[in-house]
Amino acid sequence: MTSSYVDLAPSRAEKFRQRVLPFILLAALLVVIPLLGPSRSTLTLLNHMGITIVFALSYNMLLGRAGMLSFGHAVYMGLGGYFCVHVMNWIAAGTGVWGVVPIFAMPAFGFGAGALAGAVIGWPSCRRAGTPFAMISLGVAELVAAAGFMFDSLFGGEMGISADRMGGREFLGLSLGPLDDVYWFIAFWTFIGVLGTWAFTRTPLGKLSEATRDNPERVEFVGFDPQRVRYLVFIAAGAFAGMAGGMSAVQDEIFTPENLSLIPSGAILIAAYVGGVRYFAGPILGAIVMTYMGSNLSDYTAGWLLYLGLMFVGMVMFVPNGFAGIIHDTWVAIRDGRLAEVWKIWLKRSVGLILIAVSVITMVEVAFRWSDGYGEVFEPFGLHLSHQNPITWALAVIPFVVGILLVRKAAKEAKA
Amino acid sequence: MSSALKLTDLKKSFGPAKIIQGVSLDIAEGERHAIIGPNGAGKSTLFNLISGRFRPTSGSVHLKGELISNRKPYQINRMGLSRSFQVSNIFTNMSVRENVRCGLLHSMGYGYNFWRNIGGLSGVSEKTAQILEDVGLIDKANMPAALLPYADQRTLEIAITIAGGAEVILLDEPTAGMSHSETDRAVALIEQASRGKTLVIVEHDMGVVFNLADRISVLVYGEIIATGTPEEIRGDPRVREAYLGEEALPEVEGVPA
Repeated sequence: MTSSYVDLAPSRAEKFRQRVLPFILLAALLVVIPLLGPSRSTLTLLNHMGITIVFALSYNMLLGRAGMLSFGHAVYMGLGGYFCVHVMNWIAAGTGVWGVVPIFAMPAFGFGAGALAGAVIGWPSCRRAGTPFAMISLGVAELVAAAGFMFDSLFGGEMGISADRMGGREFLGLSLGPLDDVYWFIAFWTFIGVLGTWAFTRTPLGKLSEATRDNPERVEFVGFDPQRVRYLVFIAAGAFAGMAGGMSAVQDEIFTPENLSLIPSGAILIAAYVGGVRYFAGPILGAIVMTYMGSNLSDYTAGWLLYLGLMFVGMVMFVPNGFAGIIHDTWVAIRDGRLAEVWKIWLKRSVGLILIAVSVITMVEVAFRWSDGYGEVFEPFGLHLSHQNPITWALAVIPFVVGILLVRKAAKEAKA
Repeated sequence: MSSALKLTDLKKSFGPAKIIQGVSLDIAEGERHAIIGPNGAGKSTLFNLISGRFRPTSGSVHLKGELISNRKPYQINRMGLSRSFQVSNIFTNMSVRENVRCGLLHSMGYGYNFWRNIGGLSGVSEKTAQILEDVGLIDKANMPAALLPYADQRTLEIAITIAGGAEVILLDEPTAGMSHSETDRAVALIEQASRGKTLVIVEHDMGVVFNLADRISVLVYGEIIATGTPEEIRGDPRVREAYLGEEALPEVEGVPA
């Protein structure tokens, strides 16, 4: 046997392109955004995106990497956030050591609290994998949310607990009063969160979590306890969720038992999934899209949750690799020079999807106005689409049928 | 020579079905031991008992003098016993390189480490490359394991098994489904990988068995009916009757049901 080994590791240039460059771009993006002079509402939206990005990445440590489907991940963000809200109030009171702790450090406190919550709750719940684990996570989420409404001094009842982010001393010249300051705070911790969760995927434990997802049995026969792997990953995921909680505590200055409930847990599952759980960047995309939809789509239509649900179901059925998968496949096709042969298929598919969307939107918008009974009429682009108008029904049916046919044709051609 | 693996009156029942009915076997250090027997004789169950996948109903397994039959698979693996599977049992969504790396992480002392960059562990990278080169998968190192051709998946199965440097290696039908040339390569690989180690192998290919093994045990209906050198086994009338002459003698007599 020869002793000269082929160098398997990626070259320096590849490493730079794949590992360093994305983070430089992220940092640059975070720095450039405020120069564009975003409005207050845009800043708030961006801050929420940052929080959701870290939360979604922590969730994907479980779902995408370790194959653990949790229905209660908001528990860890919530408990981390609650702890931070309390700490912020202690800081405002200024007693003892708390007088010197900057509010800026809240996500670090959330990180610790989330890890602790993960360690305590994960101890029993990580004894099972697969469906039992999912069921336990659901039960725990219900339990903790219920406890949130019962223990007023800890969780503040329905009103929750508020805090003041200006209570502490300045840090890095940031008083955290103005929204601009909060943006820098969120930007910093978003970067740390992305870097931290990515670094985790590069550690032996991170790789083992993927191995445990693929084949827990074989993991046992190479000397590792899959239960232990899952438990440690669960703690790490809880920690990063708690970090997101700390970010949220500073941004929104309030936590309520709602934050612990199944609703945010479900939302983060959807965000991570539609973004693409197989890709590291997937949950980031999902978090951005979902936060944007949640805050802006609701201004346009009362049916936005319905569209969200339809999108989720559609993605699960037809695009299991999410937005990141679409982007990746597109890039691979372009890189391999297959653009010339696939662009027609893509065009058909896109037109088909747009047509389906047109008809679904028409149906939904007309239907709930009709059901409201206030006589309101859906009037897009100057059209008067009442439920008596035959054009309405033509718009609901014809594009749908044509769209489905186009998408099916595209699918057939893609297979051929 | 001291004993590497010792089975004492090992029994396993699934409900009323007695699969292993009292197997005693002593395998010396450095020995290459083959276990043969007709389908359904309990060969894989025996491996599952030794490697900790199943708990025995009664009896015991000792690895280098230490009782292992009450331990979990990962504990047994850490004590120096590694096994492969009859059906390829690899990490399908990871690359070939990552598969092998998972197999050797623990032996290199990186337990559940979450503060080191795995790419920066040069010892691990070198060892991974060496194993990949030894088994001939170096050119496919960065391929997803799921896309490997069948024979390469079987090779990877062996590579994961030997990666940790275990002293006792259990291979469950390593050449199943391979062509002649693939089998020859696999045998060469097994010979090389088991040098200085204890090898227990379940195999259907008699060519491989008689070529490779120092001793052979014949398992029929959960009992070992004979153990001996290849010559002894070949000459043993009970074995001929129960196993080797299976095609000629479809009705096996003298075997408890």
